[in-house]
Amino acid sequence: MTILTLNRQQLEYKIGAIDENIQNKISMFGTPIEEVTDTEVSVEIFPNRPDLLSQPGFERALLTFLKKPGIRKYKTEKPEKNFKVIIDKSVKKVRPHTVCAIVKNLTLTNEKIKEIIDIQEKLHGSYGRNRKKLAIGIYPLEAIKLPITFKALPPEEIKFQPLEFPKKINGKQILSQHPAGRDYGNLLKDKEVYPIFIDANNEILSMPPIINSHKTGKVSTKTKAVFIECSGFHSEYLKKTLNMIVCAFADLGGKIYEMEIQDKKTEIFPQLEPERMPFSIENINKTLGLKLSEKEIKKLLEKMGITIEKNNALIPAYRTDILHEIDLAEEVAIAYGYDNFEPEIPAISTIGHEDDLAVQKRKIAEILAGLNLLEISTFHLSTKEKQYKKINIKEFHPQMIEVLDSKTENNILRTSLLSHNISTLSENSDAEYPQKIFELGKIFYHDNNTETGIGEKENLSISLCHEKANFTEIKQILDYLSRMLDFKYEIQETENPTFITGRIGKIIINEKEVGILGEISPLVLKNNKIKMPVSSLEISLDF
Amino acid sequence: MLEKKDITKIIESLSPNERKIIPHLESKTLNMLNTVLAELDKVALLRALEFLSNKKAVEIKQSNQQIIELGINGLNYKIKGLPERRLINLVVKNRSISLQEAQKQSKLIDNEFKAALGALKKKALINLVNGNLLLSGTKEEISKKSLEELFLETLPKDLNELQPEEKFAFQSLKSRKNIIDIQNKQLVRFEPTELGKTLMKSDLSQSENMIEAITPTIIKSGAWKGKKFRRYDITSPIPKIYGGKRHFVNQATDYAKKIWTDMGFKEMTGNMIQSGFWVFDALFTAQDHPVREMQDTFFIKNKEAKLPDKKIVEGIKAAHEGKIKGSKGWQYNWNEEDAKKVLMRTHTTALSIQTLVEIAKNKEFPAKYFALGKCFRNETIDWSHGFEFNQTEGIVVDENANFRQLLGYLKEFFSKMGYEKIRIRPAYFAYTEPSLEIDAFHPIHKQWVELGGAGMFRPEVTIPIFGKHIPVLAWGPGFDRIIMEFFKINDLRDMYKNDINKLRKIKVWDK
Repeated sequence: MTILTLNRQQLEYKIGAIDENIQNKISMFGTPIEEVTDTEVSVEIFPNRPDLLSQPGFERALLTFLKKPGIRKYKTEKPEKNFKVIIDKSVKKVRPHTVCAIVKNLTLTNEKIKEIIDIQEKLHGSYGRNRKKLAIGIYPLEAIKLPITFKALPPEEIKFQPLEFPKKINGKQILSQHPAGRDYGNLLKDKEVYPIFIDANNEILSMPPIINSHKTGKVSTKTKAVFIECSGFHSEYLKKTLNMIVCAFADLGGKIYEMEIQDKKTEIFPQLEPERMPFSIENINKTLGLKLSEKEIKKLLEKMGITIEKNNALIPAYRTDILHEIDLAEEVAIAYGYDNFEPEIPAISTIGHEDDLAVQKRKIAEILAGLNLLEISTFHLSTKEKQYKKINIKEFHPQMIEVLDSKTENNILRTSLLSHNISTLSENSDAEYPQKIFELGKIFYHDNNTETGIGEKENLSISLCHEKANFTEIKQILDYLSRMLDFKYEIQETENPTFITGRIGKIIINEKEVGILGEISPLVLKNNKIKMPVSSLEISLDF
Repeated sequence: MLEKKDITKIIESLSPNERKIIPHLESKTLNMLNTVLAELDKVALLRALEFLSNKKAVEIKQSNQQIIELGINGLNYKIKGLPERRLINLVVKNRSISLQEAQKQSKLIDNEFKAALGALKKKALINLVNGNLLLSGTKEEISKKSLEELFLETLPKDLNELQPEEKFAFQSLKSRKNIIDIQNKQLVRFEPTELGKTLMKSDLSQSENMIEAITPTIIKSGAWKGKKFRRYDITSPIPKIYGGKRHFVNQATDYAKKIWTDMGFKEMTGNMIQSGFWVFDALFTAQDHPVREMQDTFFIKNKEAKLPDKKIVEGIKAAHEGKIKGSKGWQYNWNEEDAKKVLMRTHTTALSIQTLVEIAKNKEFPAKYFALGKCFRNETIDWSHGFEFNQTEGIVVDENANFRQLLGYLKEFFSKMGYEKIRIRPAYFAYTEPSLEIDAFHPIHKQWVELGGAGMFRPEVTIPIFGKHIPVLAWGPGFDRIIMEFFKINDLRDMYKNDINKLRKIKVWDK
């Protein structure tokens, strides 16, 4: 989810006043309005529409939707002499692909330059996955000599003055000393060779995805033509990115020139011919529950910048989101207007049913509420202190299940509910006694017989905390439950460091050990600053 | 003016303790009353006064007093004398005495000695010359009691009633260890009203022969015959009681489940710990999608999941790699290792997809299923974000399902939840197309609130499972926010705080 902030004046110049009606239409187009001020309009752009991540891109789509339906055709000029990029085999292992283009005829203002930088950053951040997937370089054409070579060298052999840096340093030094190197260096640091773009004068243009050279410099208001490259790992994404950028440049007044990209074979880029996707009108109607004619569907798709030719949809080269015929169905739906669909409930008769275990848990909760117990609900994530240390469990590493890099102190899965009963009593030492609580919920344990290696089961834990809390009282509750729910149980002596020796029992049902009950050890009470005695039980509902 | 029979009623409602204190209503303060009626403790007396106040026989005024009393050391010094008094007496006796000797003979501990020196120096009563203490005040000045000593003799005293010299002494003693202590005391003053004065003059004896409480003995013996029961003040406030109950979140989820089952949906349950395969890959979420990183998802340490049936895995691989007919997929190489990561489910949709696998086996559709349960995101906590939250989700599997039906189900579902007016707008989720987000018009706040997402599962999700594309409608509102609203909880952190006082007081979910 990215927020695009648009210049309101410019936008209104293209599509008219942004009143409430238009604002609603913008939201119904699929770009919800975040904020409207006197000078700016901010919209949310979903991740599947990187082509909308710029003022020109957004305006193009909105203008098509509101006023000028139809597919936008972008022309490309044939490559001039030396409009060529050679991909050297040295780069294949570290950064295998690049696609490039040249745009001429530009009249750049500071505003437009800001837009260009913004497009680059937004594409880097979202579509480019923070430069992990791809990186874009834009250079003033007058500062470079064509053709360009894309190759890789050992980092020490790469020496140039990076952008906004006082002197020449080598590849490794750029990673450690330049701010961009520090931010993105992890994308290159383990590689034996680093990729560079180098021109016909052997001048280094940039070291992707890190930084451009200071000598080539940045695009300025004097720049009339640019060389654009997009490099990375998946050619499909690179092609789309290049398409999005050159079309935005064309919208800013530029003329797009093709380049020859010489890899194993030579290909021409950018390829702005619309993509053809076969589709069936029947499928679209079936998905949407409508009965639209081919003519109507064509009209609707053209509001979205797509058109139809025979049984194919023609999709503009800068669109990345049409992966399947179903994506065309959504385009039709948006153009039709989500608010124009008549809702319908079919007569499918089915019988509702609640999960049996959930029903059983509810019964148990009712029974316990009838005994004046209060249900609590704690988190499934916990801490070592709560789960083990505070209830006197010393050797806990075998049973502990850890979670990686938690942003809070809760970094293990809970392996008991009893520990959370105790921590809840500890946090409530100011509330009136008696405090009688229970919890029904899942606990986790190691189990190699499961798909994930972790087993889950539902437990019940009850704790009674008041001046006269004792073993008899907690056993009475277990006994009452057994009579109400009709099961037989047996108590056998056992040991457990959380409880008082001689006052603990394990609960056996159907010859299986399913739980434990007893009086809580005063050491545990002290650790938890609990002022009253506590008797507790924990039992698995799996019987 | 009260009639005779009203006064009789009041007399009949007097408890034994009230009868005892009525003659003494002119005592003015609780302390005085306690002195006169020593057999009752202050708590009982105060309660009786409060009952009389409810009957409007007495007016009670409570005020907070700050009383200065002697502290531990103060009590000590009252007997032995202030340290400075003891020190100066020593100097007077010896004329001149070294510091060490002075401390030794005075038997004062370090800080007492220092305080004493300081106090005397301040009053210019001694001088330190070459390590020896010498008198520097006159005999008269020395023998006179200091302001501090006089002050201590007058304690206890009300802080608000100090004279200027007493204030000075208070300030200088306040900073010294435990000499004086400030106690907050409640002073209870009372005055009889007209009614009270009438009662004071009345004959209360008639109420002495009334029954206070029925006991098994009285029932058996019949001793209640011909006697009256003491009247109760039936309007007086009583202490609150609390009962046992389900946690309010569970009450709300029980209610939500009913909405689903009423609409004919069956509950799906499943594990909270899942493989990346079910949470992401089977739901066509690209392997480089930011949500699959540690900052957004909880991964379990040292665990690797087993992948399901080879056929399904191959199908999902094909979907990602664009090898399903008609789909471009994500156009990368799908990596099995990523799918084997074990994590805490980030949405209940992982259960939906596993349910589809089950129903696909025997073609058990049309079918409607729902899930309601906890999901997890690796987030820092603030008032509106938590790492553990409830989600609910429903799916409809039907070869004839379509977008209009999705809207129909949404309308009905949200209407049952209490939101009559909803609107939908286009949105994006990796596994649905078309996708939408639902806003509901809040009936009380009178504004639109975003409630959740919905859509139809993509063919890249259904084809690997069913072999062909079967429409599956899906929707799921975030649930915790709805709960917070009903209970007027403004901070998500309070939802699972388990504050027993709050749990006792919170009302019952009554939608």
